[in-house]
Amino acid sequence: MSDFRALKDKVAVVGVGNTRYGNFPETDDYGLGADAFRDAVADCGIDKNEIDGLLVCRIPYYARMGEILGISPRWTIPLPPHGRMASMGIIEAVAALEAGLCKYVALIYANIGRSRRVNYGGEESPNIWDPWGYTSPGAAHAMMFQRHMALYGTTTEQLAEVSVAFRHNAGLNPDAVMRKPITIEDHENARPIVLPLRLLDYCLINDGAVCMILTTKERAKDLKKPPVMISGLGGREAFAHASLSNFERDFFYPQLQEIAAETYGMAGVGPSDIDAFMCYDNFSPTVLFSLEGLGFCGRGESGSFVEGGTLKVGGKLPTNTDGGHLSNSYMQGWALNVEAVRQLRGECGERQVPDCEVVQFIAATPCSRSIIYTRG
Amino acid sequence: MTAYDKPLPKIDTLTRPFWELAKDEKLAVQLCNDCGDRHFPASPVCPKCLSKDQGWEVVSGRGTLFSWVTFHRAYWNGFAKDLPYDVCLIELDEGPFFVSNLVDAGGEAAVGARVEVVFEPITDEITLPKFKLAT
Ligand SMILES: [Zn+2]
Repeated sequence: MSDFRALKDKVAVVGVGNTRYGNFPETDDYGLGADAFRDAVADCGIDKNEIDGLLVCRIPYYARMGEILGISPRWTIPLPPHGRMASMGIIEAVAALEAGLCKYVALIYANIGRSRRVNYGGEESPNIWDPWGYTSPGAAHAMMFQRHMALYGTTTEQLAEVSVAFRHNAGLNPDAVMRKPITIEDHENARPIVLPLRLLDYCLINDGAVCMILTTKERAKDLKKPPVMISGLGGREAFAHASLSNFERDFFYPQLQEIAAETYGMAGVGPSDIDAFMCYDNFSPTVLFSLEGLGFCGRGESGSFVEGGTLKVGGKLPTNTDGGHLSNSYMQGWALNVEAVRQLRGECGERQVPDCEVVQFIAATPCSRSIIYTRG
Repeated sequence: MTAYDKPLPKIDTLTRPFWELAKDEKLAVQLCNDCGDRHFPASPVCPKCLSKDQGWEVVSGRGTLFSWVTFHRAYWNGFAKDLPYDVCLIELDEGPFFVSNLVDAGGEAAVGARVEVVFEPITDEITLPKFKLAT
């Protein structure tokens, strides 16, 4: 097992920013990315010319982004437009900062999938299984959830608890895209997409951008906001069935178990210490698989674990307090990492988790990653 | 034959033997001649030992239903008239996973059910392996 303990509390998030979320045909990836960058620079009070590291995700051309922002970094990484890239990118930035390759990294993500009508399936993502009509990442989650129901007796009503709780949380977030409360019945009656999944199991598709600024612990002391430390990290890929994009035959359980040992071991905390949980929710079943894999509940017990509002702000495990991808915004993991920072700073208003000291992000994907954030 | 309007497989050097065997109503997986690993989809090197000495082995066509889903959305226009349609994930008795369609399941599909291959010619060139519940 890898051991990232040397990286514990070495790097801090010092600035976060985001655009509004919605449908913005009047601008593009660069315009949204620049707005999020401006917001994050203002948030941490840094001179933007100090930024010498640039990581971009879903931005067409990294150099054009740099030109627009008028920065000349000495470390640059472009990442492809996959949801799993957020925590992968943050961890790369931690390693680069700790290695001294750069001093301040800006991570910028932008998405124009709403205004440009991106479909996430069919001809846009050709695959070997197309002749049989198998496509879209949601189908992989439907496939896994069907099996989870058969093995463990999990029900769609239990799955609904995830979507209902995140919509509740979005209702406390004035910036969320979808805020109208929903019920378990609404979930059960929603339009079927790829059964057993229905519309309310699917993430939103909207435009927007997010920016995070990271630096080392020492440099973080001189900036405007209290630093939020990166205290735990873990990762493990699941490539064995990559042609079925997003599918793992065992619900990502083996990978998540390894990540739990690494991440909790490094941070010196366990699931019971997590004050707020940020769980990558491209499709609602991911949340159940994440809870089991990390050990918040036993194997096959996630359905009963989430019953009764466990994941709501005010519940036993406040999760995706901004509403997540299902109800806040489809920022592919990036907005959830920003929400983790804001919760630890106490900036979350009505949705603030009281005495929030430890926040965990998880993305259960073919490149699963977890990050534990704590107050500096 | 009316024009077939669903996606067709991409046939290249690597995948041609699979489709030629399917036309003869035989289901095959790639076999590594060095380490004996069986896998699918076709890979340019053996994922287990990286050998390039690989061939195709006709398999039993039997397996178990690992899971299945029902599409209610047509991501291609060609599938619109079939909605809703089932896609199944089969764990072949020889090991590899295979995605296909479950035909004539009549609502009897269940995880762990035994299934067997059937063949459906769709063009002069292509025959698609599909699966039905084993009798
Ligand atoms: Zn081999």
